[in-house]
Amino acid sequence: MRDFEYEAPMSLDDAVALLSGNPAAAKPLAGGTDLIDHIRTRRLEPDLVVDVKKIPDLNVLELGDDGLRLGAAVPCYRIYGDPQIAAAYSAVADSCRIIGGTQIQSRASVGGNLCNSGPAADSTPSLIALAARVVIAGPGGRREVAAEDFCTGPGQNVLESGELVVEIVFPARPAVGGSHYRRFIPRNEMDIAVVGVGAAVELDESGQSFVSARIALAAVAPTPLYVEAAGAALAGQPVSDEAIAAAAAAAREAATPIDDMRGTVEFRKHISGVLTERVIREAVARARGEETGYRIGQ
Amino acid sequence: MAKQRIVSTSINGNPVEFLAAPRQTLLEVLRDNLDLIGTKEGCSNGNCGACTVIFNGRPVDSCLVLAVEAEGGELETIEGVALTDGLHVIQDAFLGQAALQCGICTPGFIMSTKALLEENASPSEDEIRFHLAGNLCRCTGYDKIVRAVQQAAEGVTN
Amino acid sequence: MATVEDRQFRVEPFPGGTPGNQRLVEEGRLPDYDVVGTRPIRHDGTDKVTGRARYGADIKLSGLLQGYVLRSPHAHARIVSIDTSRAAEVPGVHAVCTNADMPSADHRAGDLGEGMVDWYHLNQNVLANDKVLYTGHAVAAVAADSVHIAEEAARLIEVEYEVLPPVLDVREARGADAPVLNDDVRTDRQPAGETGDTPTNVAKHFHYEKGDVDAGFAAAELVIEREFTTETVHQGYIEPHTATAFWSPDGKITVWTSTQGSFMIRMQVAELLDVAISKVKVVPMEIGGGFGGKIAVYLQPVAAVLSRLSGRPVKLNMDRSNVFDATGPTPGSYMKVKIGVDAEGKITAGEAELLFEAGAFPGSPINPGCMCVFACYDVPNGRIDGYDICVNKPRSNAYRAPGSTHVALATETIVDEICEAQGICPVEFRLKNAVKEGDERVDGVTYPPVGMWETIKAVELSDHWQSPLEGPNRGRGIASGFWFNFGGNSVVAATVNEDGTVSLIEGSTDIGGTRASVAMQLAEILGIAAEDVTPTVVDTDSIGHTDVTGGSRTCHATGLAAIKAAEDIQAQLRQRAAMLWDVESEQVEYGDGATLTGPEGKTISFQEISGKLTQTGGPVVGRGSVNADKHGGAFGTHIADVEVDPDTGKVQVLRYTVVQDVGTAIHPSYVEGQMQGGAAQGIGWALNEEYHYGDDGRLHNASFLDYRIPTCYDLPDIETIIVEVPNPGHPFGVRGVGEVPIVPPPAAMANAIFRATGVRMRSLPMSPPKMLHELLASDG
Repeated sequence: MRDFEYEAPMSLDDAVALLSGNPAAAKPLAGGTDLIDHIRTRRLEPDLVVDVKKIPDLNVLELGDDGLRLGAAVPCYRIYGDPQIAAAYSAVADSCRIIGGTQIQSRASVGGNLCNSGPAADSTPSLIALAARVVIAGPGGRREVAAEDFCTGPGQNVLESGELVVEIVFPARPAVGGSHYRRFIPRNEMDIAVVGVGAAVELDESGQSFVSARIALAAVAPTPLYVEAAGAALAGQPVSDEAIAAAAAAAREAATPIDDMRGTVEFRKHISGVLTERVIREAVARARGEETGYRIGQ
Repeated sequence: MAKQRIVSTSINGNPVEFLAAPRQTLLEVLRDNLDLIGTKEGCSNGNCGACTVIFNGRPVDSCLVLAVEAEGGELETIEGVALTDGLHVIQDAFLGQAALQCGICTPGFIMSTKALLEENASPSEDEIRFHLAGNLCRCTGYDKIVRAVQQAAEGVTN
Repeated sequence: MATVEDRQFRVEPFPGGTPGNQRLVEEGRLPDYDVVGTRPIRHDGTDKVTGRARYGADIKLSGLLQGYVLRSPHAHARIVSIDTSRAAEVPGVHAVCTNADMPSADHRAGDLGEGMVDWYHLNQNVLANDKVLYTGHAVAAVAADSVHIAEEAARLIEVEYEVLPPVLDVREARGADAPVLNDDVRTDRQPAGETGDTPTNVAKHFHYEKGDVDAGFAAAELVIEREFTTETVHQGYIEPHTATAFWSPDGKITVWTSTQGSFMIRMQVAELLDVAISKVKVVPMEIGGGFGGKIAVYLQPVAAVLSRLSGRPVKLNMDRSNVFDATGPTPGSYMKVKIGVDAEGKITAGEAELLFEAGAFPGSPINPGCMCVFACYDVPNGRIDGYDICVNKPRSNAYRAPGSTHVALATETIVDEICEAQGICPVEFRLKNAVKEGDERVDGVTYPPVGMWETIKAVELSDHWQSPLEGPNRGRGIASGFWFNFGGNSVVAATVNEDGTVSLIEGSTDIGGTRASVAMQLAEILGIAAEDVTPTVVDTDSIGHTDVTGGSRTCHATGLAAIKAAEDIQAQLRQRAAMLWDVESEQVEYGDGATLTGPEGKTISFQEISGKLTQTGGPVVGRGSVNADKHGGAFGTHIADVEVDPDTGKVQVLRYTVVQDVGTAIHPSYVEGQMQGGAAQGIGWALNEEYHYGDDGRLHNASFLDYRIPTCYDLPDIETIIVEVPNPGHPFGVRGVGEVPIVPPPAAMANAIFRATGVRMRSLPMSPPKMLHELLASDG
C-alpha cells in the first residue's frame, strides 16, 4: 500500500486544522471500509489520513422530540441496534442493515457513505427521503445543506477544501409516518445496489390517504436522485394502486441510468418503477403498523 | 516514509504493544508482525470475511482496519477462542458437523459466529444466514456451517 | 440376476446426518463395515478450527523477502522493452526479475494430471517476454524487505507495449479475420492426428462419431436443436495463490506452496528452471481450496528465480484481483446440440458442436466436454465436434468436472424440452434412456457398472420429488450429469507404533477431508479405529510420486494405496506373530476385531503385537503404491425448486436436492459436503457468476463484490441422497465424489425456471437482467 501519515485528532477544531492544512492530500477516515480499499487500489492517494472517530461531535446519536442527530462517524450497527431509532427512521436502519456484511456495519458510517458520494450509496436515498440535513464544519465555520443537495457527481460533493461532515440531522417524524429503503441486487446480500429506492410517507389519521411523501433513488443517475415528482404524485391522494403506480411511473421517468456490468439501462429503468412501488407499499404498511413479512433480499 | 508508531492494545486478553506503519492493515500486522496467522486473507477488501476478528466487541474485517486504529482497543482473534481446557463450543460444533472442508474460511466463520451468539443466543436459521453473509465459503455450500452454528447456539444457551 | 427394474429400493436418512442427509438403500443389500460409513472427527480438524493450521501464506522463514508481480494492463500487446533499472535502485529491493532470468523453454507437452501443458506456453504464462495475452499477465517481479517496498519498486519498472486488438469471443476468435494470439499454434485434429499448417487460434479439434447419425435422426419422431452460451467463470477458492521459495547455494530449491499436487509443482518448477526434479523439494502447505485451479504454477518459479538472484527466501502472494485477472478460469463457451427421439421417447441420435475458450494458451477441457455431452444416455448414433480456441483471457484451467457442466446445460435442457413436447415425465424419460453397464459412449468407451439409473430412481422415491410445489411463479426442474472420476498414482506409507496406532503418510494434499477418508480405509482393513490412525501429508522428498488431488481421485486411488499399505502391515504382522508362536506365517490369520489367530487357539491383538515389534525384527512399515485405472464413473441427478420474481427476473432457490452415485461413502459427512459444495458452485454459475470484460479486454469485476459467488443468505438447505452402487475396481466400492455435483445445477435451474415462467434460458448466467429481458419478451 502507498505510504501515508496518520493522525487521530480529539477535537473538531484539530480535525479541521489538519484537513485544511493539507487540503489536496488529506482524507478523513471514519469506518475506513471504502477509504482503505481505495488507498490500497490507488483510486485515492492521500498523504495524510485523519481518523475522525475520536471526535465526540461525530459520535452523537440522539433521538429527541425535534428529531434525530446522527454523528457522521456513528457506525451502522448502532443505528439499527437502537430499537427506537430503527422504528422512527426505519429507512436509515434498512440501509444500515445492508451496507456490506455484519463486519462492515461494525465500522462503516452513514456519514462516510454520504461523503464517498457514490451514485449507488445505500444510505443516501434514505437521508433524502427522511428530509435530512447535513451539518458541515470547516475553516469558515459551520453550514448545512439538504441531503439531496450534497452529492454533485460520482465521487463528488459540496465539501470545500478543509471541510468535513459533522452530523446529519433529521426532522421529527409525523404521527402516522413510515419509511423504507430497499435495493435490487443479484444476490440477496453483499452487493452494490443495481437500483435502490428510499421512501418516507406521511398518512392522515385514518391511514387511508397520503399527506406527503419523499422518494429518492440510488444507482440510476450520477448522484443519488431525489424524485420530487414521485412524492407529488402521492401527496393528498388516497392510498391506492393508481396513486402508487403514478409515483412509480414518475420514478421510472426520472431515472437516467447507464449500462454497466451491474445492469442495463432497460433493466434499471424497469426496476426503478418496480422497486418504487414495493418501497411505497412497505412504507405505508409501516405507517399503519402492519406486518408484511418483508425479507431482505427479496 | 511515515514513522512507525507504538500501538498499545489488548489481544486475546493480554496487553500487547506493537510497532506499525500507518499503511499497515490490522490483518497485516496480526499475521506478519505478531505471528497470529490464524486470521486469513481472502480478498483484502471486505467481501469475504476470512480476516474477521472481534475489535472492541464487534466483528470487523481486519483487512479494512489500519493497525494504528487499534490503539487502546481490545482485539480477539481465532487464537483466543479455545479455552485452556479444550475447544470452545463453536469449535466443537464446527468439527462435529463437518462444517469445514479446506478450512481457510473457518477462523473467520468462527469469529463471526461468536459475535452473533454473543448478541443473539438463539438465532433463527434465517438470522444465521443473514448474519454470516459477509463470510464466504466456496467449499461447503454452507449447509453444514449453518448446522454447526445451530448446534453451537444450543451449546451456548444450555 | 434380476433386472434393475425389479429391484426394490427405499430412501432413508443416512445414519449420523441431519434429516436432509439421506441415502438410497436397496432391499437386502446394506453395506457392512466398521469404520467405512461412519463420521469420525477429521484428524486435521482441531488445527483448522483453532487457527493453527498453516496454509501457504503462513510460512515464516528467517531472512524472508516479500515480492510483488508487475502485471499487464493490456489484454493483447507485444512487449517492446522492459526496463527494470529504476526498480532495482529502490532501497530495500533485493532482486528484480523478468522472463530473461528464466531458462528458455521448448514446445514440449507436459501432463499435469488434470490437463496438458506446453512448456513454452507455461514459461510465457509465468512471465511474458514476447506478448501479453490478457490483462493481469505477469511481466516482471520484485523481491524486497516488505511487500510495500516491492510494490512501489515494481511500479517503477518501465514496460513499453505495442497494443494489439483483443479477441474475447470463441466464434470471433476462430474467424479468418481474428487477431491470432500465438503464432506458433496450429490446429491439432484428434483422433485423426493431423496438424494444420497456418497460425490460428483454433488449437484443437476433436471429432467423435458412432453409428449412423443421419439414419438416427431420420428415425426420430422429434428432433430438437438448440444453441447455448456460457460465460467465463472462476473456481473462486477463498485462498489466493501463494508461493515461497528458497534456492540454496547447493543448488537445491525448496518451495512452500498451496497446491493440489506437490509433485506436479515439482515437475513444473524443475522443467521451467531446467533443473533435475531431485533438486526441487515441494512442501505442501494446507490449501485453501483449489477446485482444479491450483495445479499449474504461477508464482512458484518466479519466487525461486527471485531467491536465486537475492540469495534469500522469497514469498509471493496474489491478491484477489490478481487471482481473478490471471488465474483460474473455466471457459466461456458456445454450443450447438441436437437430439432426436422416437415416438416412445427413446433417443435415436445426438449431435454436438462445442466451442470452448482456451484462454491465452491452448488447453481448455474441450475433450472431456465432448466425452460428457451425451454421457448420461444410451445414444445409439452420435457425432461430436469440439474446438479449443485461444482468446485474450487468462489461460483456462481445470474446474470441477472440467467441461461437463457446460455440456450438461445443453443436453439436459434439450431433454427437458423433449419431455415437455412429448408429454413424458422427466424422471420416466431418464429411467428409460439412462446408460447402464455395457452401453457404449459416443467416444467409444463402454461403461462398467454405473449408477445413473439408480440416481433417477432415488429422485423418484425422494420426499422432494413426491412433495408438490405450489404457488405462482414457482417451478421444479431436474437434470443429470456425469464425470469420469480418475485413478492415477498414489503412495501411502504406514508405520505401526508401539501403542497400537498407525502413522500414515501420504502425498495427496488434503483439500476437503481426504486425510480422514484415506485413514479410515486403512483403519477398516486393520480393524482399528479411525482415531488410531494419524495421517500426515508430507513433502516430495518424503513419499513417492502422488498425482494431484483432483478428478475425484484421492479417496479412490490414495485410498487404494492405504488399503495396500494396510494389507502389507497385515502380512508383516502375520510373520511377526508366526515368529512369536514359532509357526509358519501361513498358519496365522489376521481376522476381525484386529486380532491375529494361529494354531491351537493362539491369539494376539493388533495392540499387543504392536508392542512386540522390537523383539520380532524391528518396526513395521506398510507400503502401498498404485497406478489405479478402475475408478468407475459417477452420475448425479439434482432437483431444484425455484421462484422467479416476474417483475425483476430474480431467481430464488426454494429447495434443492443432490442425488449422486458415489460408489461407497467412506466418510458420509464429507461426501455430503462435496455434494452440497459442488451444487452451491453450480447454482452460482447458473445464476450470477461471470467474467465481465470491456471491449478493450479489461476485466471489470476482479473482486468478490462483483464476481458474485453465493453467500449463505442466497442458498437454502441443500439436501443430499447418497446412492451407493459399488465400483468393482475398489475393495469398498469407492468411485469419487467431488466433481460431478457441479454438473447438473445450471440445467436443473434452467428447467425449473421454465416450469416457473414458460421461458427457456439457454445462456448462462441466468442473471436478473437477462431473465427479465426474456420474461418481458415472452409477455409481449
